[in-house]
Amino acid sequence: MQFWNELLSGLPFEWAAYDFMRWAFLAILVISPLFGLLSTMVVESRMSFFSDALGHSAFTGIAIGTLLGLMDPMWCAVAFAVVFAVLFTYVRRHTNMASDTVIGVFSSTAVALGIFIATLGGGSFTKFNALLIGDILSVEPGKVALLFAILVVVVGLWVCSFNHLMLSSVHPALADSRGIRVFWQEAIFCSAIAVVVTVSMTWVGLLVINSLLVLPGAAGRNLAKNMRQYHAFSILGALVCGVAGLMTSYYVGSSTGACITLYLALWFALTFLLRKGRQ
Amino acid sequence: MTVRRHTDCGGGCAGSCCLKVTDLGVNFGGEEVLHDVSFHLHCGEIVALIGPNGAGKSSLFRTILGQVPHSGTIEFQRAGGDKTRPLIGYVPQSPSFDRGDPVSVLDFFAAAVDHWPVFLPIPAKLRRRVEACLERVHGEQLIDKRLGALSGGELQRVLLALALEPLPHILILDEPLSGVDIDGEKQLLDMLDEIRTRFDLSILLSTHDFATLDQYADKVILLRSSVLKVGTPAQVLSSPEFQEVFHLNITGRGER
Repeated sequence: MQFWNELLSGLPFEWAAYDFMRWAFLAILVISPLFGLLSTMVVESRMSFFSDALGHSAFTGIAIGTLLGLMDPMWCAVAFAVVFAVLFTYVRRHTNMASDTVIGVFSSTAVALGIFIATLGGGSFTKFNALLIGDILSVEPGKVALLFAILVVVVGLWVCSFNHLMLSSVHPALADSRGIRVFWQEAIFCSAIAVVVTVSMTWVGLLVINSLLVLPGAAGRNLAKNMRQYHAFSILGALVCGVAGLMTSYYVGSSTGACITLYLALWFALTFLLRKGRQ
Repeated sequence: MTVRRHTDCGGGCAGSCCLKVTDLGVNFGGEEVLHDVSFHLHCGEIVALIGPNGAGKSSLFRTILGQVPHSGTIEFQRAGGDKTRPLIGYVPQSPSFDRGDPVSVLDFFAAAVDHWPVFLPIPAKLRRRVEACLERVHGEQLIDKRLGALSGGELQRVLLALALEPLPHILILDEPLSGVDIDGEKQLLDMLDEIRTRFDLSILLSTHDFATLDQYADKVILLRSSVLKVGTPAQVLSSPEFQEVFHLNITGRGER
């Protein structure tokens, strides 16, 4: 990681002179393809509302971690989000209720629990404000390495189980009849989203993190005719918007998460206008 | 997944290999869905399953597919007499996916029959394999279309091609004719007839379309929780049980 950082410092840009900007740049280069990749299936499996709920559960996990007095409450949040994801998958598969109802139940419970714990004994909520907006400039070298490790694991997961995951979402009954364990496919996928959302929340910000999971895939869908194109549009879109967002936020001094989201929204609008032959 | 070809069960097994369902019963949450269901399904035979909505047709399919706990027995006997789990090809009811899904026929097919992750460029060998499968249903020109852009009949043919890979002993089709226009229906039925003779496998399908039964079905099973009547299309359609279940004088299409 240090090597890449030093490599960047040779760039003839003003921002490249700052150490924190180089780390932020590297973090963006890892985070955006990661979200672009996950985004394809989040949109395909109609889970955009679910990933939003996961962000809320991650906040609750951090509140619990803080309550327990952990130095780094992130791991507590990761564990909580994974439990939340598996539990949600289980309830969704064992009830006739519409998915959005189940998500609503889980999401509101998680948020209430988080606020309850955060404000317990008259505690102030303001210490959690940083989570809502996020700050990519605060990313540390070790965390960039962690994000990169997560990217490698997710790519591995994609190579091993993407086919089954896609079939489970296109046609669960058919997938079932071909021996695919639909429940476990969904549970593992949801857990992967849970880990990624929780780990990157500190830098991207809870309020906009879901846009990174929805917009790249949604934009890709407007143009793609098959899975190869879908992934290419989604990942490249996320990457370009991520870098553009970071640079814009550096020069105008606003939140990076918000800038990236706005670029993604623009990218979505563009693809929407360019889409052909879709109703 | 091991590919077990139907020819494994010996050359001339027509009529001698068969699926035996005996005293089958299924309960969902204490509610009896199926009881005392018994019938035989022979190789090379097309059997149509008819019955009103909620009669248990889909439940029976899912039970044969091994997805539902049941009482009674389901046995499959090959020509040589050895009893092994049959390979079942299943054509589900038309999926309710989003019409805008960026899933091509090639993506869908390759994901189901191969381990190669379909978000990566697809090797020529795999593409040829999918093409060969689609040729069985005369659908090779559909390979690059999106699933959402297919007509009802085209989609059924793709699902049928998928059910034939690996080549099964028994082919089960859930309402294959719903959402298919007249031309597509004729094409699909001709295809089933061709498949039955070419691969010598048993076909079990459910339908609400009684008018065309006698053109393709060797046997018809009238189901309402239990088997009410079994026989040739003419026998079942003229039976008092049929009249009673559907409360009308059937000449054309039945209840929808």
